[in-house]
Amino acid sequence: MNKISKAFEGKKAFIAFITGGDPDIETTENLIIAMAKSGVDIIEIGIPFSDPVAEGIVIQEADERALAGGCTVDKLFDMVTSVRQSVDTPILFMSYINPIFVYGKERFMEKCSQCGIDGVIVPDLPFEERDEIAAECLKYGIAQVSMIAPTSQERIDSIAEASQGFVYCVSSLGVTGVRSEINTNIAEMIEQVKNVSNTPCAVGFGISTPEQARDMAARSDGVIIGSAIVKLVAQYGTQSVEPVTQFVRNVSDAILSV
Amino acid sequence: MNNKKGRFGNYGGQYVPETLMRNLNELETAYLHYKADADFQKELMDLLQNYAGRPSLLYFAKQMTEDLSGARIYLKREDLNHTGSHKINNVLGQVLLAKKMGKTRIIAETGAGQHGVATATASALMGLECEIFMGKEDTERQALNVFRMELLGAKVHPVTSGTMTLKDAVNETLREWVSRIDDTHYAIGSVMGPHPFPTMVRDFQKIIGKEIKEQMLHAEGRLPDTVIACVGGGSNAIGAFYEFIDDTSVKLIGCEAAGHGVDTPKNAATIANGTQGIFHGMKSYFCQDEYGQIAPVHSISAGLDYPGIGPEHAYLSDVGRAQYVPISDKEAVEAFEYLSRTEGIIPAIESAHAIAHTRKIAPTMSKEQIIVVSLSGRGDKDVASIARFKGVNIHE
Repeated sequence: MNKISKAFEGKKAFIAFITGGDPDIETTENLIIAMAKSGVDIIEIGIPFSDPVAEGIVIQEADERALAGGCTVDKLFDMVTSVRQSVDTPILFMSYINPIFVYGKERFMEKCSQCGIDGVIVPDLPFEERDEIAAECLKYGIAQVSMIAPTSQERIDSIAEASQGFVYCVSSLGVTGVRSEINTNIAEMIEQVKNVSNTPCAVGFGISTPEQARDMAARSDGVIIGSAIVKLVAQYGTQSVEPVTQFVRNVSDAILSV
Repeated sequence: MNNKKGRFGNYGGQYVPETLMRNLNELETAYLHYKADADFQKELMDLLQNYAGRPSLLYFAKQMTEDLSGARIYLKREDLNHTGSHKINNVLGQVLLAKKMGKTRIIAETGAGQHGVATATASALMGLECEIFMGKEDTERQALNVFRMELLGAKVHPVTSGTMTLKDAVNETLREWVSRIDDTHYAIGSVMGPHPFPTMVRDFQKIIGKEIKEQMLHAEGRLPDTVIACVGGGSNAIGAFYEFIDDTSVKLIGCEAAGHGVDTPKNAATIANGTQGIFHGMKSYFCQDEYGQIAPVHSISAGLDYPGIGPEHAYLSDVGRAQYVPISDKEAVEAFEYLSRTEGIIPAIESAHAIAHTRKIAPTMSKEQIIVVSLSGRGDKDVASIARFKGVNIHE
């Protein structure tokens, strides 16, 4: 847990998301290694799911590519084990609850801890259901990152108090994906978190350019970018390491300039 | 046993993105308020009686009873409701509730189109905007219902993601709801999804079983021995069963869609083949692989073509209070034709699954015993696809 919070110490954190196994496991491994060297502070690996209801079309299609390519959670565990030989950056799994539940909650978290996963983000596990995996996360030292949304309002206090590693602030209504504008009052959301918790706040959903990243970093503790990177993976496939590296460098520079 | 709200044993719950939680909480509060509100209940009952045509008939199927020469068979004629199925019971309740909550827009998923048609109808009646999400494959096999919804003023969105059927329509409606939540109510069509939907939809549908009980006591002076209904998400089944759950002498049987057969990959028999999982907001049984990827399912019936089952059914199955049996496409089509010819009633292909099981068990029962079948919908919508199944070429 400390390892994740440390990524926010003295700086704004850049959290990058890619879908595991898109288009294949080897490319995912190469992307993680390259991003870790290029200014990314925390890496989020999406476990592909057949029915990702919180995702926009970009990540839906990435999940489809990954599953069609034969990606499974076991293959991702093996990949992370291998990546850990050279990468020390905190790595989180973003997974819908069903793949965790069906794999076996305890077995899943034990494997996470063995291969070097630092935390999990489960988009369909709101505060009311966080106990579904809380005991298993605690037992194996896996941080359970919670999300707050523009509709959370009076719910923010209890969510922020429970969140581990950081608080994932969902910037807008809707699903993941590139947005030209973000109209939510992010500063107000974050202020409410800060009233009850010292946990860092990172903003995600809809951030796609270095300019947006700089803007959001100025108002928060960190920035999460997913669909914009996944779009590059969709475009360049197994050759995506170079364009993704270039992109995350630009974003990292923009965030560091805050 | 889980003591959290919205649980049936360990099943149910609220497994949804945080963005939706405020709305679910508001919905629960409003529902509990209006459930106890005499004026609301009076307004709803007036709609059910004078608009939807309730109570629906409990019809003694004399020909079928004689032909099968076993138990006496009654059909609960939900097919005679306005819009042609039990779906209107739930939709009148939810749309009225949404209107009281100040919502101006209704969104819904539909499989066969029955729930979509009912939702479009209630929205037209109460003056609310309506948008329906329907798998592209279903818009093709139920083209007539698409046009029907459009006639009623609804906008129909064909869903092209995933398997392009009911589950994908639910995914897309959830995505739409997360995107536009303040003025919009998602009228879920079955006893599924996150709390409070499984409980609320059951409460709106339990009128089916309540009427069955009254009508049966009037006709026969006693309770039925068996109540049979088809199960996709399970709303007509829970509606028919609920009143009898404490009457342990009454056997409750749900008929799942076995498609090409439970031993083939092409089926939607959740209790027979599914395992525990968490999907579409609820913990229940789902057809899925060892990694929790939801399986593509198949049924000739678009309304039963769903990889999950409502959480209360999962619970009733686990505790043994209700039994769930698989019925294949072929058996359902045979029952569809059988009821048409025997009683002059063309059932929905969904309801034909319940007729198919009745044909199996009625002959094994005594002539003093009674079966009630929930005839959840009428079959006009299925005529073209039954012709296709039989290789008959008709021009619509």
